[in-house]
Amino acid sequence: MIRVYTSSVIDAPADTVWSVIRDFNALPAWHPLIADSRIENAQPSDKVGCVRAFRMRDGGQLREQLLSLSDYDYQCTYSILASPMPLEHYVATLKLTPVTDGNRCFAEWSAEFDCEPARERELSQTIGQGVFQAGFDALKLRFGRR
Amino acid sequence: MQRVTRSAIIDAPIDRVWAILRDFNSHTAWHPVVAESGIEGDEPSDRVGCVRNFTLRDGARIREQLIALSDRDHRMTYCILDADVPLERYVATVQLKPVTDGNRTFWHWQSTFRTPRGRERELSEMVGVGVYEGGFAGLRQYLARGRAGAGLGDARGAPIESDAIAFERTGGPEVLRPVRVVANAPGPGEVRIRHAAIGINYVDVYIRRGWMPLAAPGDVLGVEASGVVLDVGPDVTNVIPGDRVAYALLPCGSYCGVRTVPAAQVARIPDGIDNETAAAVFLKGLTAEYLLHRIHRVVPGEVVLVHAAAGGLGTLAAGWARSLGATVIGTVSTDEKARTARDHGCHHVVVTREYNFADAVLRASGGRGADLIVDGLGERGVRDNLASLALFGHWVSVGQASGALPPLASDALVHRSATFSQPVIFHYTADPARLAEMAGRLWQAVQSGVVRPEIGGRFELGSAAEAHRLLESRASRGALLLVP
Ligand SMILES: NC(=O)c1ccc[n+]([C@@H]2O[C@H](COP(=O)([O-])OP(=O)(O)OC[C@H]3O[C@@H](n4cnc5c(N)ncnc54)[C@H](OP(=O)(O)O)[C@@H]3O)[C@@H](O)[C@H]2O)c1
Repeated sequence: MIRVYTSSVIDAPADTVWSVIRDFNALPAWHPLIADSRIENAQPSDKVGCVRAFRMRDGGQLREQLLSLSDYDYQCTYSILASPMPLEHYVATLKLTPVTDGNRCFAEWSAEFDCEPARERELSQTIGQGVFQAGFDALKLRFGRR
Repeated sequence: MQRVTRSAIIDAPIDRVWAILRDFNSHTAWHPVVAESGIEGDEPSDRVGCVRNFTLRDGARIREQLIALSDRDHRMTYCILDADVPLERYVATVQLKPVTDGNRTFWHWQSTFRTPRGRERELSEMVGVGVYEGGFAGLRQYLARGRAGAGLGDARGAPIESDAIAFERTGGPEVLRPVRVVANAPGPGEVRIRHAAIGINYVDVYIRRGWMPLAAPGDVLGVEASGVVLDVGPDVTNVIPGDRVAYALLPCGSYCGVRTVPAAQVARIPDGIDNETAAAVFLKGLTAEYLLHRIHRVVPGEVVLVHAAAGGLGTLAAGWARSLGATVIGTVSTDEKARTARDHGCHHVVVTREYNFADAVLRASGGRGADLIVDGLGERGVRDNLASLALFGHWVSVGQASGALPPLASDALVHRSATFSQPVIFHYTADPARLAEMAGRLWQAVQSGVVRPEIGGRFELGSAAEAHRLLESRASRGALLLVP
């Protein structure tokens, strides 16, 4: 099992950031790599079990399923059903925690998956930096106070 | 039940912050409201179940017990046993997480407790603001303390030049030459250190003479130093600028003012131990640590023979062996050095310049001989070391001040079923986890007085040759330092 962990600090209250990212269908609205997204079978995007089908700006197509969503913990978990990346058993968690000192929030995005040993580094880098950190960078920009 | 939660971002890597917080007895160093702290029964502060006694600045007393500690999760849980403040069933958890974006730390501090009716707000404020927020501020200040003193100035990212001492060819002290060296800005996993003191070791002499191929003519000498971290490269999590650190490592190159080395090879120097002391004890004290705790676990009643017992390694090894319950016999070359050796823990001292000590060792040990021999003498001591061994004794050859050890006959040890080994400090310090453990034990030995650092002389870098002459003349006591 490979584990990727990326964390950052976003300069806005957890409630505010959560209202943007809790929508499982909203990736194109905040993540720079995602071109468009829809929820299959016209289900609501906060129905646990729903599947989002989205397209990356580079053309890659993915299907991901929402496994858990907690407004209480500011946390959601999802798995990959289909993707161009050579990996299996991919489960990721995105979570916010309030930082009382400064009214900011601490954001964590982690994933576990299996892949060929030779691709570990490259995939960890792509997911940890290319996807997760890129998402945080966009949120930091969006909520930047300065 | 009341619940209080506070969290903050600390601008230091998680390992650095955790090293402070995991110590259940560290609050007097950084927390503004804690005046005194002690662990009951002198137990180690990371022993789950240990109890600390706090006296706060306002005089209140609190007893708290550590009930969970996880280095893997960077989490600890503790509870109040009894306190002058009415916090009942108080259980608190400190949790750290890495902020990978910027190499910082997220610190979450949460507790639940009960209070007398009507005092909920007041006591929640006291815990949340006074204890937790006060703690955040205190730790930030504590971490920033050294930073101002680091004095990097405009050098950030730029190479820094300093004076250094190299050996221009192999030979006597006269081959030492002043040169200039450049310490580049630290790369990934590296730290740049402004040296405060440089430990001189006998191995420097072997290398200078060409007895050990650990450096080539033209190289800067030296394997040990202490100082202040100027800056750190990417991915460094154990130290921050301003930290005081010590190191003992290869390749050579510590006889200089500023140096860049792997962060994994440095140990932070605790408050209460100054930089010169650290440079005097680091390599030699770590050597004593592995000799007495790893190579051979000294048990009470054993006889330990320490050669050059007034020297750098000898003074530390003698004191430490004594504290472990051994009978310590030292050898030295003069009466004056015999006094030093006794001061540092030797029960018996043999004064000899000619390596005749076996009879005296057997006499002093009632015929038993030595269970452990710490031998930096080499060639000239072979005969008497063999004759000094106890049954199942262990002769550890760590050096060759009198000349290289000749090959041992394959039956040399059979008369006592004895063992022989030739360890090297750098093999022990190479693994960062082991180094941290060894350094922790050494600092504790220094702080508790088990070993007493002895600085036998301080020399400017330019006088390194003079220092070498003194060391080789057998006239030095304790450890010699270069002060850049
Ligand atoms: N292998 C390791 O990991 C390791 C680590 C640290 C040190 N060491 C070794 O431990 C020994 C002590 O190191 P140190 O740096 O602390 O030095 P030191 O003991 O302060 O100095 C060396 C001492 O050796 C004695 N000695 C005996 N014959 C000598 C001779 N012919 N020439 C010079 N000195 C002679 C002298 O004491 P007396 O005059 O009182 O006999 C002298 O003071 C050295 O052999 C060193 O190489 C090994």
